[in-house]
Amino acid sequence: MFRGLNFASLQRWLAIAANPQGYATLLRWLPRAANAEAAPLAPATSAGASPSTTASPPQALAPGRDLRLDLFRGIALWLIFLDHIPHNIVNYFTLRNYGFSDATEIFIFISGYTAAFVYGRAMHDRGFIVSSARILRRAWQIYVAHIFLFTIFMAEIAYVAATFSNPLYAEEMNILGFLKQPDVTIFQALLLKFKPVNMDVLPLYIVLLLLFPPVLRVLLWQPAYALVGAAIVYVLALHFDINLPAYPNGVWVFNPFAWQLLFVFGAWCAVGGAQRLSGLLRSRVVFAIAVAYLLFAFAITLTWRFESLQYFVPNWLGDLIYPIDKTNLDVLRFAHFLALAAVTVKFVSRDWPGLKWPILQPAIRCGQHSLEIFCLGVFLAFAGQFIISEWSGGPLVQTAISLLGILIMIATASLTSWYRSMEGRSHQQCTKASPGNLAGGGA
Amino acid sequence: MKFFTTFAAVIALMNGSAIAAEECAVPPSLLSSDTGLPRVSGEIKNKHRLDISVVGTGSSTLPGPDGASFAYPARLTEALRQLLPGDEIKVVVHVQSRQTTADMTAGMKKILSADKPALVIWQAGTFDAVSGIEPDEFSVSLDAGVDKIVAAGADVDLLNMQYSPRTEPLLNVSAYADVMRWVAQQHGTLLFDRLAIMRYWNDEGAFDLYAATKKSDMARRVHDCIGRALASQIVDAARLTP
Repeated sequence: MFRGLNFASLQRWLAIAANPQGYATLLRWLPRAANAEAAPLAPATSAGASPSTTASPPQALAPGRDLRLDLFRGIALWLIFLDHIPHNIVNYFTLRNYGFSDATEIFIFISGYTAAFVYGRAMHDRGFIVSSARILRRAWQIYVAHIFLFTIFMAEIAYVAATFSNPLYAEEMNILGFLKQPDVTIFQALLLKFKPVNMDVLPLYIVLLLLFPPVLRVLLWQPAYALVGAAIVYVLALHFDINLPAYPNGVWVFNPFAWQLLFVFGAWCAVGGAQRLSGLLRSRVVFAIAVAYLLFAFAITLTWRFESLQYFVPNWLGDLIYPIDKTNLDVLRFAHFLALAAVTVKFVSRDWPGLKWPILQPAIRCGQHSLEIFCLGVFLAFAGQFIISEWSGGPLVQTAISLLGILIMIATASLTSWYRSMEGRSHQQCTKASPGNLAGGGA
Repeated sequence: MKFFTTFAAVIALMNGSAIAAEECAVPPSLLSSDTGLPRVSGEIKNKHRLDISVVGTGSSTLPGPDGASFAYPARLTEALRQLLPGDEIKVVVHVQSRQTTADMTAGMKKILSADKPALVIWQAGTFDAVSGIEPDEFSVSLDAGVDKIVAAGADVDLLNMQYSPRTEPLLNVSAYADVMRWVAQQHGTLLFDRLAIMRYWNDEGAFDLYAATKKSDMARRVHDCIGRALASQIVDAARLTP
């Protein structure tokens, strides 16, 4: 709708008028920002992405899709799905068993990266208001998706409440107490305060996107300010224990004031930070430190699995590292993610031939439709857990459900790609100017 | 007629406990520990008596007017008397539903001074998880409570959550179990891993914990098994091999 009004040029004019120096800085900065060939993690665009037509895209941000981001986001989505099914034998193979961080870090980092890439370009081409409007529309889509998942969750709970009773579990059944007040519960869910198990990532994502327009503005102006600002917010949140309240009590499982650091860090990498880090990432010392830290984290996680090994962790070390807090994105988790990323980009370069292997295409496809596949994954995890608990599934059933779930995710991603390509074609027939639907799947 | 009914009930009960003895096997790895119970050993060896306080919430009892007599604290007393004949066993039960760990910590001093126990079995975590108490907050309360018990000179056995597969999608207790494991390790105290043990029973087919029922018989058998496993853990840890 803004396109018809030629709002973008008006915006740009307003922006220049309001802050000529800032805007000039932005324009000067963008071309040198992301020489993607050199960048260890370079930008991605989303499925169905169309180049913007109102201004020539900044060269630095537009060398095409970095399939690594799609690949790792796709894999992260699979891992999140698997981790959400408790007592699943396939879970032994997911990332969280081998170190401090898990798929959530990968997902949030890549989401920050793609959000900055997609909307940064939009902000450059079409101005602050148009890009902000698109970011907020994206947040709204995620909100609707969250409420949809909540509805399914409520149905599952209502089913358990109606069909299950056992005197052994009188205390545990208190968890169904909120069904006595569905009005309050539903209202709290609409406020994103009610936090059912496994439904914590989307509310985090919504808050991160709501706050993203000004952050992106600063990122495009002075990337370092944005990163330092995010780090300060992180430290303050940890120091003063700041988090959003949850219902019926407690706080958010993923503290947005802590996790924003990873999101903004991802965004910072997308607007040139990755390139700045490339020298560091090529260093052998950094690589050695990263590998050593990954091995240390692996050794510690082994002691969680095998209790007899616990005694090898001296008390002073335990005091130092525990608890490794997921809610507040513990520094150890963040560091583990960084080490993992550093090692990964060493082995998987942007032009790694494996990215073309047919066997990796399903994961790439899933990563290209992250919102749809994430929601589907949460739903499939509910369904899978339900089947396992209804039929007391053994390892075979668990494996079958895990594989089937991933297959459904792949099929849905392919179907979504097909829809997008159809829509893209018909859209191009209607108008040559694209609204830049890339926000949809990419961010 | 009444005689026959009673007779049938007694047979059924005996039969039940015979089955229970077989179905309750717990692999030694889930019960063995390097942690000792010095105070318990001392009491038994020197005074031939053992005073235990059980502190806990809803999952330390069973519903109904006679629920408590079938719950694990009562079954533990019975099992200990069998394992330690000739010693005086006294178990005082402080079980109250809907208490958070912070509530129990607040009341701990009173219990300790009234009972003067050699061992406190502390069941915690479930109601904290149900009422959404943050694991961090739970950790702080539990830690403070264990400090109080240790300061009073008693041994501690922390008893964690039940394995409850049907409520698991709604109630994730693993973070609370991690806290309990860590607090136990930090203080060098004993942990009775009810979660892992019940899960083992379920996986091995000893109990079908998914089953919906309004009857109490399975719940009673589970509590009987927990009581006996707990007794054998205490006797082992205190090096009181009968």
